[in-house]
Amino acid sequence: MRHYLDFEKPVAELEGKIEELKHLSDAGDLNIAEEVQRLQTKADRLLRSTYAKLSAWQKTQVARHPQRPQASDYIAQLVTDFTPLTGDRLYGEDRAILSGLGRLGGHACVVLGQEKGKDLTSRQTHNFGMARPEGYRKAQRLMRLAQRFGLPVITFVDTPGAYPGIGAEERGQAEAIAKSIEVSLGLDVPVIAVVIGEGGSGGAVALASADRVLMLEHAVYSVISPEGCASILWRSADHAKDAAEALRLTAQDLHRLGVIDTVIEEPVGGAHRAPQDTVATVGRALQGALEERLAVPRGELRQQRRQKFLEMGQAGLG
Amino acid sequence: MNWISDYVRPRIRSLIAKQDVPENLWEKCPSCGQMIFHRELEANLRVCTACGHHMRISAQRRLELLFDEGEFQTIELPETPVDPLRFRDRERYTDRLKKARSKTGKQDAIVVAHGTIGGSKAVVACFDFAFMGGSMGIAVGEGLVAAARLAVLQEAALIAVPASGGARMQEGILSLMQMPRSTIAVEQVKEAGLPYIVLLTDPTTGGVSASFAMLGDIHISEPGAVIGFAGQRVIEETIREQLPEGFQRAEYLRDHGMVDLVVPRGELNATLGRLLSLLTVPSLPRAAEIIPLAPPEAAADGTGPGEPVATEAESVTSGGELESAEREPQEPRGG
Repeated sequence: MRHYLDFEKPVAELEGKIEELKHLSDAGDLNIAEEVQRLQTKADRLLRSTYAKLSAWQKTQVARHPQRPQASDYIAQLVTDFTPLTGDRLYGEDRAILSGLGRLGGHACVVLGQEKGKDLTSRQTHNFGMARPEGYRKAQRLMRLAQRFGLPVITFVDTPGAYPGIGAEERGQAEAIAKSIEVSLGLDVPVIAVVIGEGGSGGAVALASADRVLMLEHAVYSVISPEGCASILWRSADHAKDAAEALRLTAQDLHRLGVIDTVIEEPVGGAHRAPQDTVATVGRALQGALEERLAVPRGELRQQRRQKFLEMGQAGLG
Repeated sequence: MNWISDYVRPRIRSLIAKQDVPENLWEKCPSCGQMIFHRELEANLRVCTACGHHMRISAQRRLELLFDEGEFQTIELPETPVDPLRFRDRERYTDRLKKARSKTGKQDAIVVAHGTIGGSKAVVACFDFAFMGGSMGIAVGEGLVAAARLAVLQEAALIAVPASGGARMQEGILSLMQMPRSTIAVEQVKEAGLPYIVLLTDPTTGGVSASFAMLGDIHISEPGAVIGFAGQRVIEETIREQLPEGFQRAEYLRDHGMVDLVVPRGELNATLGRLLSLLTVPSLPRAAEIIPLAPPEAAADGTGPGEPVATEAESVTSGGELESAEREPQEPRGG
């Protein structure tokens, strides 16, 4: 069952009609094929034109689409020999972040991915992709492991943000995020991040202080959620749409601002329409970025990463 | 019209002015409600004489009480792009900036100064909460980067004094990027073998707490300061539970292992001075590498020639002598 977003309603109607007609044609009426073809073309055109000019708020909805491929899908399709490793060795195991060793395009690497979950049970298991300090400390542990064995680090970023809870605060959520940024910036192995869905604030930066930050065409990455921003600056969450525009959280804007390095194209109608194609495209982009960074002498990686961040933000949108 | 402007308005003004007098001379403690005579409050460093509540103070006042004899020199901070996103909510960001500038007389929410504390050289990067809630945007990040460079150049300790609600929303993702940028800044100080101390003041939350503010060699806090990642309202809405007594206060963080010392305002100069002298007059030659992330044996990995990492700390000799000529020249950039 396909999940349609609000602004996809016209497409949904057309596709509904097509389904109905297909049912009828199963009953033996052959003349319908032409009509189905006509409607299909119309639906495709509509989908294409809708997705060609998505607003920032619409992109936010696409980025949060329940059927959008998640870190686990990327790992399953792209990472061979994946061997999950768990636990921060300090307190617990946080399943908001998937973690382990594996090979991407033949290169052994450490893989970290924020996972939101796909149904009620798995969403609870993964805490909707909101990591606690244990998740970030596990990430640090694996980054250090990568450093020790000279393995690149690949991260899949997809989180509404770090978890806001009593225990998370008591166990040092702020410190855990800060330290993850510090450890990631200190590595002298390649670090490549892909924002696959929602890059939610500090909880995302913790896994995105990388040499190269790639981002899917309809993913978003922001200092605060549009809802959060609206409720503070507009004093009403109803202005989320305005906040989304103002925050410049789209891949296109972030690329213009020099915050991300590459925008990865999504299939027409968004990643959720063709998850496998999306994952494959991301895989190629990742491999390209990885091999480009592997060609850099190991002793220079860290300095180049630092330089990149130090130079960031000197130019506005122009 | 004349009657209004010549008679009514002055009358109204004089009525209001009369009420103004006690408000200017007496201040109410926001914690216990005690009325305190303004001179008494100032003499007590804006700490309530009845309950010990530490009120927020300006960056200027903070610097005066941190440095020896209240003497310090501020440095000019590099110019940064103004309103890079052309952000507008109910108000233009440029207008909000103008207001904050005229209200505080400051260019942005951070002031960087150098001087001595307990006789030791120190660079202090101090937030001003009065400037847009001390929020961290490009200018603040740039201030921290400049402060770190100055500390390295002067072989001085770096002391960061956050008073901030977090990242500045009006600079969007570029504010978020100040988290890695400020982290790099303080790393450079640590790698030079210099002390990096954070004095957490009320409040230190959000992206500020989740970056440079939680990466100090030592964390000091003022009593009662709110320190945490998520805002209390957000937590309450998420978990739908009442927050425990004293949650996210300095003492609570100390009890949970996040802060070394909770120090009353009047003792900050002495405490910092003592710490700096303990840290900077080592009885053993100081190890320059602070975070040995690259053990030499990790070289055989097949990803590159695998030379040991040339950390910046290697330009510091074991005696702590800085060969500044070898240091990467990183001039403050213009905007």
